[in-house]
Amino acid sequence: MIGTAVKQPVKIRRNRSDLIFNLFVYGFALITLIVILYPLYFVIIASFSSPYAVSGGNVWFYPVGFTLDGYKELFKYGDIWTGYRNTIAYTIVGTFIGIAVNIPASYALSRKDLTGRGLFTFLFVFTMFFNGGLIPTYLTIQDFHLYNSFWVMVLPFSVSVYNIIVARTFFNTSIPPDLRDAAQIDGCGNIRYFFQIVLPLSKAVIAVIGLWTAVGHWNSYFNALIYLKDRNLYPLQLILRDILITNNVQSALGTGEAAQIALRLAALMRYAVIIVSTLPIMLFYPFVQKYFNQGVMIGAVKG
Amino acid sequence: MYRNVRRNLGLYFLLLPAVVLVVCFAYKPMYGVLIAFKDYKPAMGITGSPWADPWYKYFIKFFKSFQFDTTIRNTLFINLYSLAVGFPLPIMLALIINQMHAKWFRKAFQTITYLPHFISTVVMVGIIMLFLSPGSGLIGNIYRLLGREAPNLMGSAGAFSSVYVWSEVWQHIGWDSIIFIASLSSVDPSLYEAATVDGASKRQKMWHIDIPMLIPTAIILLILRIGNLMGLGFEKVYLMQNDMNLKASEVISTYVYKMGIISAQYSYSAAINMFNTVVNFILLFTVNQISKRISENSLW
Repeated sequence: MIGTAVKQPVKIRRNRSDLIFNLFVYGFALITLIVILYPLYFVIIASFSSPYAVSGGNVWFYPVGFTLDGYKELFKYGDIWTGYRNTIAYTIVGTFIGIAVNIPASYALSRKDLTGRGLFTFLFVFTMFFNGGLIPTYLTIQDFHLYNSFWVMVLPFSVSVYNIIVARTFFNTSIPPDLRDAAQIDGCGNIRYFFQIVLPLSKAVIAVIGLWTAVGHWNSYFNALIYLKDRNLYPLQLILRDILITNNVQSALGTGEAAQIALRLAALMRYAVIIVSTLPIMLFYPFVQKYFNQGVMIGAVKG
Repeated sequence: MYRNVRRNLGLYFLLLPAVVLVVCFAYKPMYGVLIAFKDYKPAMGITGSPWADPWYKYFIKFFKSFQFDTTIRNTLFINLYSLAVGFPLPIMLALIINQMHAKWFRKAFQTITYLPHFISTVVMVGIIMLFLSPGSGLIGNIYRLLGREAPNLMGSAGAFSSVYVWSEVWQHIGWDSIIFIASLSSVDPSLYEAATVDGASKRQKMWHIDIPMLIPTAIILLILRIGNLMGLGFEKVYLMQNDMNLKASEVISTYVYKMGIISAQYSYSAAINMFNTVVNFILLFTVNQISKRISENSLW
C-alpha cells in the first residue's frame, strides 16, 4: 500500500511524458501519410477529371467534370501497347534468366568446401566497385552483336552481385550443412542435391530475388536508351519517356484553338498513362510485400 | 585440393553461367578502358588504334574543359545535399515506426510508405513535371490558392537540386528505413523491460537503446554513400534536365553519356568515366579505412 502511494506520482509523470511522446509519434506518422498518399491520390482523380478543372485548380479531393477522355486517347496510342508487350516479355524472360544465373552461383559460393571460393567471390564483388564504364561496355555489346536486339535487354547484365550476396547469406544461414553430409553418404551428387534438396527449401529467397529482378526490368529505361534503336523493340518506359517528358505537342500544333484542346488532352493523357503503367506493380505489391521485406532483412544480416 | 575440385565439379557448373557473363560483360569492358589512353577508331579496334599523344591527352582535355568545374561541382553538391537530407530522415522514420504499437496501423503505415519506391524513374519525373508545371500543375494551384505567383521550378537552375533531393526523399524514405527497422527488431526485449523498471520514459528508451543499436548499420551505409559522392545516377538527372536548368543539372554521368553516345567521342568519354570511377574507388577505400580505425565498422 505504502509502496503504491509513493510510486504513483512518478508513474503519472512518466505517463504524461509518454503521452506527449505518443502524440508526437502519431502526429508525425499522420503527416507523413498525407504527404505520401495525397500526390498519388491526386494523380488518380486528375486522370478522371476535365483537363480544364485540373489546370484551373478546381480538383482537390475528388474528380471534377468526370471524363474518360484521357484513357480513350491512350487506347488510340498504339506505341504504348507495343511497349507494354515488350516490357512483359523482357520482364518474364529477364527474371527467369536472373534467377537461373544468380541462384545457382550464390549456392556454389555459399559452400565452404568450394576450392577457389575466395577468388570467385572477389571476381564478383570487385565489379560492384569498379567497372569499364559506359563506352567500353557499349563497345563490348556491339562486339557481341547484341546491339539493338531482344537479348541485350535480358542477358548481359543479368548477374547481380547484390542479389548473389543476399542469396548466399540465405544459403549460409538457412540450409544446415549436415543435410549435405547425409545426402553425400547416400551418393547424391552436388547438382542433384542442389535441384532436389536445396531449391525446394529456398522458395523465400527465390521469390525475393525474382521480385526484385522483375521490378527492375519493369521500371528500367537506361539499357533500352543506350542499346536499342528500333522503336518496335522499345520497352514501356521509353515510350512513357516520350509521352511524359520529351513530348512536344505544343510546337507540333502551333497555337490555335485546336492546339489548345490537343494540349489539354495531352496533359490528361499523361495522368492516365501514369496510372496505366504503374497499376500492375501497385496492385501486385501489397501481396508480395513480405517477401521484399524479408529480402532486405536477409541482406542486412551481412551486407 | 585436386580431389576436392573433382568431387565438387558440380558446383563449378552451377557457378559457370554467372562467371561467363561477368567475364564477358564486366571484365571485357574493363580491358576496353584502354581506349581512354588511345585515339580510338572503331574500324581499327581497341588494340589496333594508335596511342593518344601524350597518353593522358583526353584526361587533360577534360581537366581543361569548361564542363570540368560545372559537372564536378554539380555532382558533389547534389550528392552532399542528398546525404544531408536523405541519410538522417529514414533513420528518423524507422525510430518512429518502431514506436507504433498498434500492429495494424504499423503495417498499413509501412505498406503505404514503401509504395512510391516502386514507381519507375520515368513516371516519377513525369509526375514531378506535371505537378511543377506553373500554369496547370498541383504546386502552381497551391501557390495560387495562397494568392501567390507560381514559380517555374523545372525551368530554374537554382531549384534543381531541391526538386531532385526532396522528390528522392518522398519516393524512397520508406524503403530506406526498412534496413533500420530490421536492426531495431533485433533489440533484446529485456533491455526495454529493464529500462522500464528503472523508470525510463519512451523518449529515453529511444535515445539510449534504439539509437545506439542503429549506429553500426548507419555507419556502413554512410561509408557506401560517401564512397559514392562522385557517382550520381544518370537516370533521374538526365530525365529532369532541360536547357533552362542545365547549369545546375549537368553532372559527370550525363556528360559522359552526351560525349560518348551522342557525339561519339569514345576516347574522351571513356577517359572522363575512368577518372570518375577511380576517384570513387579512392574515396570509398579512404572512408572505409578511416571508419575501420575509429569505429571498427568496415565493409571488408
